[in-house]
Amino acid sequence: MRKAIKNNRYIVVVGCGRLGSHLANQLSHSGNLVVMIDMNETAFNDLSPDFSGFRIDGDATHMAILNEAKLKNADVLIATTHEDNVNLMVAQIAQKIFNVRLVIARVFDPKREEVYAQLGIETICPTTVAVDMFLRVVFNGSMNPKGARL
Amino acid sequence: MKVLIVGGGKTLYFICRNFIAKGYEVVIINRKKDECIQLARQLSAMVICGDGSDAAILKDAGIIGADAVLAITPNDQDNLVICQLASLKFGVTKVLAMANDPDNTEIFEKLGVSAFSTTQIVGSLIEQRASLEQVLNLMSVGEGRVNVTEIILDVDSPVAGKVLKDIDLPENALIAVLIRDNQPIVPRGANNLLAGDRLVLITLPENHGSALKVFTGESQQRGNGFEGKRVS
Repeated sequence: MRKAIKNNRYIVVVGCGRLGSHLANQLSHSGNLVVMIDMNETAFNDLSPDFSGFRIDGDATHMAILNEAKLKNADVLIATTHEDNVNLMVAQIAQKIFNVRLVIARVFDPKREEVYAQLGIETICPTTVAVDMFLRVVFNGSMNPKGARL
Repeated sequence: MKVLIVGGGKTLYFICRNFIAKGYEVVIINRKKDECIQLARQLSAMVICGDGSDAAILKDAGIIGADAVLAITPNDQDNLVICQLASLKFGVTKVLAMANDPDNTEIFEKLGVSAFSTTQIVGSLIEQRASLEQVLNLMSVGEGRVNVTEIILDVDSPVAGKVLKDIDLPENALIAVLIRDNQPIVPRGANNLLAGDRLVLITLPENHGSALKVFTGESQQRGNGFEGKRVS
């Protein structure tokens, strides 16, 4: 399974918070070319010392910044800022204007998630994911119930 | 008509005051509690305190029966999401977003949301009022396929003193409005043109230059901003 994943993709990550920085570190470590965009320069401190990608200090809702990140060449865009609306706007711009093939946005509000699923934007809602995990544990009594183990 | 407006500041206040005076039912959504209290005191409108890009708040504000939704917050991402929720989730047909960054006007339109930029509008107004140029580009509509241009006729203009029907305009060009002594006139063939008249001209990029020549006489091709557009 793991071998099937290409590890030389051009990936733009927006938002260098806990999730964004962690993702960027791992993606960069496994050989992808990663560009990280954040409005706050100090956020880049969360990138690991062996992060070999680029850092862009600016607002990703501005076209100039997305052009600087060469979004039109990107294979993947991941939007993980702490603001749902920024993530949704950047994701839509990436998909509809820059024709990025794979676009994923983190959206905290499950009600918003529905609407953007309609628009064809792939979203991940941490609340929904956590609820699923909790429920699974509650019903099965463990994270790895018998039979579900790989 | 019921209008739902999300935003704050003086712009929102004056827009609402204007709408209420016209008899519209206005509902305001604003994030700041203090401002909400102020607005509720000053205007006879329903004021909801909360995040306008939250579907539950929109529902509380009665979005389901609204005729139009206007998003004028200072954050473009919020304006986009508010309008998309309004049209996609609640089926409101008339939604309008303010683009704080003028570049976003085009982007919002591409993403299916009608947008306007006050910066662009005010900028072109200032240009129009302050400019001494004889030819002013007002705007291009239809994704740049139609130009709207304002021309001030000077005394040397070859068409000054002529009747409209005697003027040989190229194909696909039209004098939409003639402004004389601040009075707009929608001209017909029998109207004449005088020096000092301001004409609003509709042209297509292909014949823009030749249409201008009819009014100014000179074979002028000075940078009027349309050269770039004609190529595209």
